[in-house]
Amino acid sequence: MNAKRRKPANPAKKPGKVKKATTLARAMIGRVIMGRNAGGLRRVAITGMGTVNALGRDVPSTFEAMREGRCGIGPLEFRDVDRLAIHIGGQVKGWNPEEYFNRQQIVLYDKFTQFTLLAARQAVEQAGLIFEGELGLRAGVILGTAAGGVNTWDENYRTVYEEGKNRVHPFVVPKLMNNAAASHVSMEYGLLGPSFTVATACASSNHAMGLAFNMVRSGAAVVMLTGGSESMLCFGGVKAWEGLRVMSKDACRPFSATRNGMVQGEGAGVFVFEDWEHAVARGADILAEVVGFSMSSDAQDIVMPSAIGAERAITGAMLDAHMNPEEVGYINAHGTGTAANDKTECSAVAHAFGPHADRLMISSTKSMHGHLIGGTGAVEMLACIMALRDGIIAPTIGYEEPDPECALDIVPNEAREAQVSAVLSNAFAFGGLNAVIALRKV
Amino acid sequence: MSTDLRTRILEIIAEQAMLDPAELKLEASPQDLGIDSLGLVESIFAIEEAFDITIPFNANEPENSDFDISTLGSIVTAVEKLVAAKG
Repeated sequence: MNAKRRKPANPAKKPGKVKKATTLARAMIGRVIMGRNAGGLRRVAITGMGTVNALGRDVPSTFEAMREGRCGIGPLEFRDVDRLAIHIGGQVKGWNPEEYFNRQQIVLYDKFTQFTLLAARQAVEQAGLIFEGELGLRAGVILGTAAGGVNTWDENYRTVYEEGKNRVHPFVVPKLMNNAAASHVSMEYGLLGPSFTVATACASSNHAMGLAFNMVRSGAAVVMLTGGSESMLCFGGVKAWEGLRVMSKDACRPFSATRNGMVQGEGAGVFVFEDWEHAVARGADILAEVVGFSMSSDAQDIVMPSAIGAERAITGAMLDAHMNPEEVGYINAHGTGTAANDKTECSAVAHAFGPHADRLMISSTKSMHGHLIGGTGAVEMLACIMALRDGIIAPTIGYEEPDPECALDIVPNEAREAQVSAVLSNAFAFGGLNAVIALRKV
Repeated sequence: MSTDLRTRILEIIAEQAMLDPAELKLEASPQDLGIDSLGLVESIFAIEEAFDITIPFNANEPENSDFDISTLGSIVTAVEKLVAAKG
């Protein structure tokens, strides 16, 4: 952690690179055989979605809040909050697990698992799937979380360190482990195929959904439940983030010249990714098509983002989707509201899209639901689906003043009606791990 | 007191920059010494721990913070103020 062992930031990119990226994308598209199933790949449908987050406890209420540009960020409420320097977050208020789970379940479910299971119930119900027989064997779950059962860690450290007790509840380990949520989803629905958890900090959900997409696309699974969850709004969780000095004390204002940091959120998003033909054959309502995914690593700095790494993931997702940059009408930005992310992300988008960057819309819904860390990509996927399905672009709220380094159409403060046929969702994690997903309208 | 305080601050910054404290000049900026944003946050933490003070610093808007980090001299002055305010 000392200055000399870290490499300096990359020098600014030359404008020539713009042409190169888009030309490369076109050349690749030219080479693809007509039809998206070339190479034996299967098409992937989204047939169910569910969520719990600061804006609502289901998809309709979350969509409504995004349409209204409502802010779900408010005063944090939990034990010892007065000892924190940061007092705001996108907290799921009034959460009472007894409304959803019985006593035997609650003793095993950390809050990140509770959020996941509630979101999964909504998604599976919407999809109308029953995982019996062959389907159960060909179905799995891949979820993202950065830190798993943080509340469980926090409560039990308090018990042994602060209260000096020498005994903890027997289920501490199965409750806090990162794969607890994925495992409980598999048990709830009898998903007998590939199931695991991905932890890549703020990109966890996008990595998870990208892997689930590839699992269905390759034919390794017929249905995958996927998305992610996070719940670190507790004393230890927020205290750890305070240390980095990147948190805002008053609001999340992505892309605004007045932005002063990120605001944490909590919650979950879960989706049903289903083999297209399977979905069509049973007459399922297809919400959107997942068409591309790309991952890249900056291999540069543990916290500072790289425009080149982000650009490679953005361009890669379009290549994977056989998508012309000009098709993309909306990008759900990573848009954390930090000084570093927002200008780096805008630079990456400008380079990846060339002149089209000025014609597309890009917004950060973190301004409304906060940064759900490992769960954030899953909740943000909802804004992508809303854009494709309802023709409504969720706004970046809290926007006060233009920043010349973020000179894109960031859909300030008010949602906008617009028909878009293709969208991207960006996630760029600490550690330089980038994951971008591409969706198309059905 | 003031000389001791300055010496300790410069020792903390020198350790972060992996330099001899004697090499540090008060008019140098942290960047001049090769200290990046993460290194700066770590130095501020070390100073807070050393003097039991809380430094108002947000890495998103270092220039808007009440705590002037433009040079080593300004950091020393700002820490002196915070230590004095503590009483």
